[in-house]
Amino acid sequence: MLEVTGLKVKYGEAMAVKGISLSVPQGAIVVLLGANGAGKSSTLNAIMGLVPSAGGISFAGSGISGQPTEAIVRLGLSLTPEGRRVFPSLTVAENLHLGGAAHASGTALADRVEAELTRFPILRERYHQKAGLLSGGEQQMLAIARALMPAPRLLLLDEPSLGLAPLIVDQVFDLILSLKARGLTVLLVEQNAARALEIADYGYVLQTGEIVLEGTGRELAASDLVRQAYLSE
Amino acid sequence: MDVFLQQIVNAVSLGGIYALLALGLAVVFSIVSLINFAHGELMTVAGYGLFFAIAVSLPFPFALILAILMAVAVALLTERFAFRPMRKADVTGLLLTSFAVSAILRVFFQNGISARPKPVPLPGALSGTVSIGFADVGIVPLLSIVTTAVSLLLLTLFLKRTTLGKAMRAAAEDFQVLRLMGIKANRVISVAFAVSGALAGISAVLWIAQRGSVDPLMGFVPVLKAFVAAVIGGLGSLSGAVAGGFALGILEVLFQAFLPAAALPFRDAFVLGVVVLILVWRPDGLIPAPVSRRS
Repeated sequence: MLEVTGLKVKYGEAMAVKGISLSVPQGAIVVLLGANGAGKSSTLNAIMGLVPSAGGISFAGSGISGQPTEAIVRLGLSLTPEGRRVFPSLTVAENLHLGGAAHASGTALADRVEAELTRFPILRERYHQKAGLLSGGEQQMLAIARALMPAPRLLLLDEPSLGLAPLIVDQVFDLILSLKARGLTVLLVEQNAARALEIADYGYVLQTGEIVLEGTGRELAASDLVRQAYLSE
Repeated sequence: MDVFLQQIVNAVSLGGIYALLALGLAVVFSIVSLINFAHGELMTVAGYGLFFAIAVSLPFPFALILAILMAVAVALLTERFAFRPMRKADVTGLLLTSFAVSAILRVFFQNGISARPKPVPLPGALSGTVSIGFADVGIVPLLSIVTTAVSLLLLTLFLKRTTLGKAMRAAAEDFQVLRLMGIKANRVISVAFAVSGALAGISAVLWIAQRGSVDPLMGFVPVLKAFVAAVIGGLGSLSGAVAGGFALGILEVLFQAFLPAAALPFRDAFVLGVVVLILVWRPDGLIPAPVSRRS
């Protein structure tokens, strides 16, 4: 569904992503592992057109590199950015509304909001509160709900479990599995390698902008590199 | 007592104009980090719009609407042809662009229209006073207060109730994420400029109503004041701009009214002295803008 070939991202002189290729098949959960600064977020941002990049990116058979972010979202990709980045002074209702406003209107938009409130009951309780007043876990739920409002075919999640309590982390991973069960394709960037590999169909390990290892979730979890670097138990 | 009431009306009406202008600066600044020094020229455009509309004897209400629409149109044109091509540049580049736009428009007014003030005759009904309780208060300052209140109310409704308004508030906090929602960045920025143009146009009409003429430099002083007001309020904060505008207007009128005659020439020094004290007390302004989070 998503094919990335020879992707390069440069910030000034620094090369953050040095020509990586990866592929996300329809209906799968694909995970990108790597340390801070390995180029994981840069890869997601490049796919969404938020940062300039070189190389090929195609989605459902058509090239999307060089297109503006707004157009890429309309094609069916959606990103939950690192650090959640909800609009803090807007209410939960307004955050959700903006998530879907470019894709539906009137009752169709209201139906989508209702669907997300059913999926995340906590957001119904907080509906009229400012997003900045929610707890970290609630903000993450809101960020994911907002990213689902455009009804994407491919969801990109950047560090969804970062800084959350273990119980909430469980909820987030359960949610990702349930999204997969409903046919959504997921590209997941995670620091929590153990949990990510449990649910991943396939994974890539990034080091300083290059892919050093790839394989199924089980293969990666069993590999020496991943066990030493990311699964220090 | 009646002098006091008159001064309060004057203070609130002047503060209202500053508030509308500061709000116009803040709406644009909060989204594109541009302090638009051509904002004053938007006022002047509306001033000449009013002058020409009255000169061709358009009915007064139509002349007002036309003047405001001209400021909106010029705001949109400068965004499209001056600021948008420079958007990839840094903040300094945008700032210099706004100086250039301001200078070009001013030269156009001076050479294309006239360097001298043009009188703008207003309907006689506006020049009178009305009695409130035991004081006579000018109709123009009162209308000015009503107009400011209605404008602020409409803008608040727009920002809270409409999708574009919500998108503008979101853009001020995190522009990149707004684009991730599929909302077109250029459209939100255009609307911000249109709103700021409308606010400049409304302020221009109120400004002229108190002075009766328009000249090429008309917008300079009020927008300089509005910039001070926006800084007192907290640059980029919309409610801060309104608070700063009223604070500055009230300070000016208070010092004007109560300074001894010998100290009056130094009124602005006193006003700016208080501004400095406010900024020492609250360096980020009265109501600081939320710190935008960008990756």
